[in-house]
Amino acid sequence: MLTNQQIRDVVQKYEDGEENILAILLKLQEASGQNYISEDCAVEVAKELNIPASKIYDLLTFHSMFSTKPRGKYIIEICKSAPCHVNKSREIVKMFENELGIKMGETTADKLFTLQFTSCIGACDIAPAAKIGEKVYGNLTKEDVKKIIQEYREGGK
Amino acid sequence: MAKIVELITENVGKVRPDSLEDYLNASGYEALKKAFKMTPEEIIEEVKKSNLRGRGGAGYPTGSKWEQLHEIDETPKYIVCNADEGEPGTFKDKIIMDKDPFKLVEAMTIAGYTFGSNHGYIYIRGEYPLSKKTMQKAVDLAKEAGYLGDNILGTDYSFDIHIRTGAGAYVCGENSAQLNSLEGKVGRPRIKPPHLAEVGLFKKPTLVNNVESFAAIPYIVLNGGEKYASFGTKESGGTKLVCLSGNVVNRGVYEVPFGTTIREIIYDLGGGMPEGRKFKFAQIGGSSGPCFGEDKLDTPLCYKETGKNGLIVGSGALLVVDDSNCAVDFAKCISEFFVHESCGKCTMCREGNRQLLRILTRFTEGKGCKEDFALIEQLSNVLPISSFCGLGETATRAVSTCIELFRDEFEEHIEGKCRAGICSFSEGGK
Ligand SMILES: Cc1cc2nc3c(=O)[nH]c(=O)nc-3n(C[C@H](O)[C@H](O)[C@H](O)COP(=O)(O)O)c2cc1C
Ligand code: SF4
Ligand code: FES
Repeated sequence: MLTNQQIRDVVQKYEDGEENILAILLKLQEASGQNYISEDCAVEVAKELNIPASKIYDLLTFHSMFSTKPRGKYIIEICKSAPCHVNKSREIVKMFENELGIKMGETTADKLFTLQFTSCIGACDIAPAAKIGEKVYGNLTKEDVKKIIQEYREGGK
Repeated sequence: MAKIVELITENVGKVRPDSLEDYLNASGYEALKKAFKMTPEEIIEEVKKSNLRGRGGAGYPTGSKWEQLHEIDETPKYIVCNADEGEPGTFKDKIIMDKDPFKLVEAMTIAGYTFGSNHGYIYIRGEYPLSKKTMQKAVDLAKEAGYLGDNILGTDYSFDIHIRTGAGAYVCGENSAQLNSLEGKVGRPRIKPPHLAEVGLFKKPTLVNNVESFAAIPYIVLNGGEKYASFGTKESGGTKLVCLSGNVVNRGVYEVPFGTTIREIIYDLGGGMPEGRKFKFAQIGGSSGPCFGEDKLDTPLCYKETGKNGLIVGSGALLVVDDSNCAVDFAKCISEFFVHESCGKCTMCREGNRQLLRILTRFTEGKGCKEDFALIEQLSNVLPISSFCGLGETATRAVSTCIELFRDEFEEHIEGKCRAGICSFSEGGK
């Protein structure tokens, strides 16, 4: 949980606060540890920038990179756009689901992983592709999936 | 045999993206120095001669756009670079930002100088955090060295570039939606007119161009518009970055002169289908573009010839689909994208896309019926004329062209048969 002071510190780091609202919210979401923006957090940002909280809510629900509910520490985003689709991304989906024992949209019980879809992430030359944080993975095979999850499990506890 | 030329990708892979020195050694900033000795009118004249057209998808002549903004007296003016690159299958703006970021910085500075603007913005999609870092670094280095900021290169011209991020919304690539997003508002499109050249960012005159469009500017200024145009066809000047994806051997971004045929791109550059597979169809311009078959492969890539054949140049995305794929399942995948990305502002786009997806889902479950074809046709006719922005206008194009090509496959699905073996009819198929 972020304290109100921590939230204010992030907001104040940006000049032209309101113009940078997306960057601020992405930063706060990352800092939340649970990859989401809580209602309290949204209200605090609204106060600090002197804008209605409903506007923050509009932004949060409009953009697919935000969540208003807690998610896992790592978000595994699997691309579902056409170039990945014809490179059989559905098989990648199954591999991740099997490996983690959850379905798309769900979070593992240990709160480490959330599985979700994304639109094209510009890695179509290495489709099927997935993204975890800033890292992009491509040409995915069953072995890759196992290895990737193992790495995050070891590094993430 | 297709050939590759390097006008805007000349530095890709040859300079380090975080080294201004490398960029300068590769003749970087020569164009800006030359521009400083030209009048704005002279620069715009070269852009007009280049026949450059917008590479973001709409293909609007860049010279005309620049001329219109130039004729407006109101100040301040803003320069915006559209780096939202949201069209699925498009990954070329990323190459420029990741591999040659100073070129974009230089190009925007030239544009800024042309219009007497002191502020530029680059709107980079949230899905590209690394590109954002690379661009920010380039901006910082350019500023340190006097290529950005106050009194650039000792002149009395000052220009700053601000990097902004999106957060996952395809519609924010639409230029008016993008300006709303840059202002901190939700990125829903604005009504046009007024045009952005008149009422743009913060209600001020604004230029919005795509990354690739900007990237052509240094070459045009340095070598002249005619020289740039000479690489293309009569109407389509210069080169296009083509993003080849799907079921081809060599996927990637290629810079080709206009006039190169689609077949040459797929087979000469792309190496054709992977072993043992057959070409089924291709889609050009991203998910909003049309699907087409073998018979159109010899269409030269250029604005005129693609137009004549019901195709588009668009963003330069070229997706190849082989016979291991199902046409109905593909159409459904495209439709899911538009349902997800519709901003919900207007009824036909919001509800129409949902209904289209429902119908296509029925087909993939073996529950479609003959009457559905008429419903799809109706939606395909109505959405383009009743939607507020380009998203709704183009949302049904892939699906309707797919049905034109593969009506027999759609009909088979009514009977519970999927020849590619992709759709499973286990849940109550006929
Ligand atoms: C739904 C939609 C999405 C768009 N996405 C992009 C995009 O990601 N990048 C882009 O440059 N242009 C995009 N455009 C086109 C822009 O509205 C605009 O035409 C373009 O940025 C102008 O620059 P250009 O003339 O240099 O192409 C999009 C248009 C629509 C309707
Ligand atoms: S056409 Fe679609 S995306 Fe465009 S404004 Fe209407 S609902 Fe939004
Ligand atoms: S379609 Fe998946 S990365 Fe582009």
